[in-house]
Amino acid sequence: MLLGRVIGTVVPCIVTPGLEGVPMLIVQPLDKNLQPKGKALVAADSTRMAGPGELVSYEGGREAAMALEQTFVPVDHAIIAIVDGVNITAETKR
Amino acid sequence: MILGRVIGEIHGTIKHEFYANRRLLVIEKTSPSGEATGDYLIAVDSVGAGADEKVLVLDEGNGARQVLDSPDGPVRSVVVGIIDDVVTY
Repeated sequence: MLLGRVIGTVVPCIVTPGLEGVPMLIVQPLDKNLQPKGKALVAADSTRMAGPGELVSYEGGREAAMALEQTFVPVDHAIIAIVDGVNITAETKR
Repeated sequence: MILGRVIGEIHGTIKHEFYANRRLLVIEKTSPSGEATGDYLIAVDSVGAGADEKVLVLDEGNGARQVLDSPDGPVRSVVVGIIDDVVTY
């Protein structure tokens, strides 16, 4: 699982069966210091509550589909949690 | 499996029910000699790992579900060991 920030929403008018009504959010992946890193991606929101700008954690691959109600759906990224706090206690050793 | 070091924790109240009362650790991936590789991941703790400890992380869904005894949990990374020593040849 990785950290991301919700930067947008995608509203599909036609979608594969099983994904109807599943919120699709645009997530910007973050590094461990919460700085944007890499390209934005579209993730299905299993919590159904992530709002714009919120810090979230997302999972990729098979586990993403397993986070949704219907688990046999073509989804490769899903938001697992809305992150209230990240406390980094140990500094990176050079 | 991969080597890493626990550098922190994340907390969230709104999350998939599988993650209720499970500790989510921020793991910095390290090389066998201990240097940070720059990547990180968030893993479920299954061995009580604390901050700054060197850990062994299983980064594959089926194995993770087996370790956490859940046939359908959306989990891929699990801390499965706390490392005392790494010997490289």
